[in-house]
Amino acid sequence: MSKAASSLPRTIGAHAVLLAYTAIALFPVIVIVINSFKSRNAIFRSPLSPPTAETFDLIGYKTVMAQGDFFLYFQNSLIVTVMSLFLVLLFGAMAAFALSEYRFKGNTMMGLYLALGIMIPIRLGTVAILQLMVASGLVNTLTALVLVYTAQGLPLAIFILSEFMKQVSDDLKNAGRIDGLSEYRIFFRLVLPLVRPAMATVAVFTMIPIWNDLWFPLILAPSEATKTVTLGAQVFIGQFVTNWNAVLAALSLAILPVLILYFIFSRQLIRGITSGAVK
Amino acid sequence: MSEQSLVHSQDRRPRRWHIAVFLAPAVLIYTVVMILPLFGTLQLSLFGNVENSQVFVGLDNFRTLFGDPRWSQSFWNALGNNTWFFIIHMLVQNPIGVVLAALLSSPKLRFSAFYRTAIFIPTLLSFVIVGFAWKLILSPLWGVAPNVLDLVGLKSLFVPWLGKEEYALTALSLISVWQFVGIPMMLIYAAMLSIPEEVIEAAECDGITGMSQFWKIKLPLILPSIGIISILTFVGNFNAFDLIYSAQGALAGPNYATDILGTFLYRTFFGFQLQIGDKNMGATIASMMFFIILAGVCLYLFLIQTRLRRYQF
Repeated sequence: MSKAASSLPRTIGAHAVLLAYTAIALFPVIVIVINSFKSRNAIFRSPLSPPTAETFDLIGYKTVMAQGDFFLYFQNSLIVTVMSLFLVLLFGAMAAFALSEYRFKGNTMMGLYLALGIMIPIRLGTVAILQLMVASGLVNTLTALVLVYTAQGLPLAIFILSEFMKQVSDDLKNAGRIDGLSEYRIFFRLVLPLVRPAMATVAVFTMIPIWNDLWFPLILAPSEATKTVTLGAQVFIGQFVTNWNAVLAALSLAILPVLILYFIFSRQLIRGITSGAVK
Repeated sequence: MSEQSLVHSQDRRPRRWHIAVFLAPAVLIYTVVMILPLFGTLQLSLFGNVENSQVFVGLDNFRTLFGDPRWSQSFWNALGNNTWFFIIHMLVQNPIGVVLAALLSSPKLRFSAFYRTAIFIPTLLSFVIVGFAWKLILSPLWGVAPNVLDLVGLKSLFVPWLGKEEYALTALSLISVWQFVGIPMMLIYAAMLSIPEEVIEAAECDGITGMSQFWKIKLPLILPSIGIISILTFVGNFNAFDLIYSAQGALAGPNYATDILGTFLYRTFFGFQLQIGDKNMGATIASMMFFIILAGVCLYLFLIQTRLRRYQF
């Protein structure tokens, strides 16, 4: 087996490349997090060493807790993300069901119309969106953000979900019809549970850009009461730019929730990407 | 299959209200919050503010944007920078993504889940975190970057990259590449997993292994995915804003060296320092971005995608 002989150096090479890149990917995150637990002197004297008993200091976190309203920001982000996610999944699944299940006049056109938003970013309409929100009195409300993010997330959600709904067996749905289920019941009782994995994939794809967005919170809801975590961190860091402890702590606090969520959902995310949802 | 359901449901119900009910909420929100504002923005670019009322001025705003040296200089500067930003992504991000995916997809590789998870982490972080984290790391004040370069004996190479006009844009593009390499990696990884075993086995029987297997068998099969990634990169890059804004501020310093269309739009629309915000010029720039992105997408759909037919197994 010549293959086995040549594969050992190749395997080592592959691991070397992957390890090197993993180090590049993780290095900045690790540097930020370990330094956030150190005293100011130690941050500058030895930035690359982990905190020890004598350099350990939580002063940065204390400043963040005392100065920034991070709990409020966190709550705002959570409300906006969960509400948008719920609406995208519900409305997206309904529209995807209509497009994939029924043949009607204009079906293809409707599909193309809804798919337009996958390629054209909603940001380009910002000027008119701000006018719309001013006119309807929604500026500086979380509702404005929820509406925008729902519109932003729908096109891709509909596209992915309708691909999946086409695979749901027709016999099952027809059996439901014969049993006298209404179309609504067929959708909610039969089809939705079957596309749950696809919904999870869509949820992850929709959630990340919403949670991380800076543009729309900056423009539509910059008030203190409606700041999201991303905007709050941005403003806080701008104000405390010379207080390295506080900046590093704020960055670490913004990184942690994402990492925790990722470790919970990473399996789902990777399975979603590799299962062909985005092929 | 769908033929059946067509006949079946059309026979029974001439008016199928449930279709409208299923479609209405999504279509309504999408149209009102996305499509109408997009056209509203295009429309606003044709108006001007004369004595506090909006007056139709035709293509005057576009004439200002391209004719007035101050505007046109900023615009071409932003467009040029944006193009460089895109080129770096295509040349660095996508090849690295392909290499990582090719390594990860080899069947007997251990710890591949660990690598995948770790390399994808930066993609999940917000631009604000990424921008500031790198700003701190590259800062000459802190000295993380010089320290690391010292470890490999290259300390003399250190320059405060983000502060130098000639390096700042490239440095930011590479930061953005660092953040987004996970996306091409994952998409190509998925494409490689979907190559059927038989194709690979047939290649091995013909003695095509290792590198030549990658070039001759796998690469042609993943070309459609590379096409999709390219267009996603294009749209994402010409619409970028957050990273530059959080690392360099709205002025996209030093001396506008990192100004891209997104930051130019933001400054024009909202104003900064002495310049007051101008809704109509903002809409004009947004319209130009719309046309650029539309041109890229059309080019992809009509020229590239029709040639890269997906292999059906």
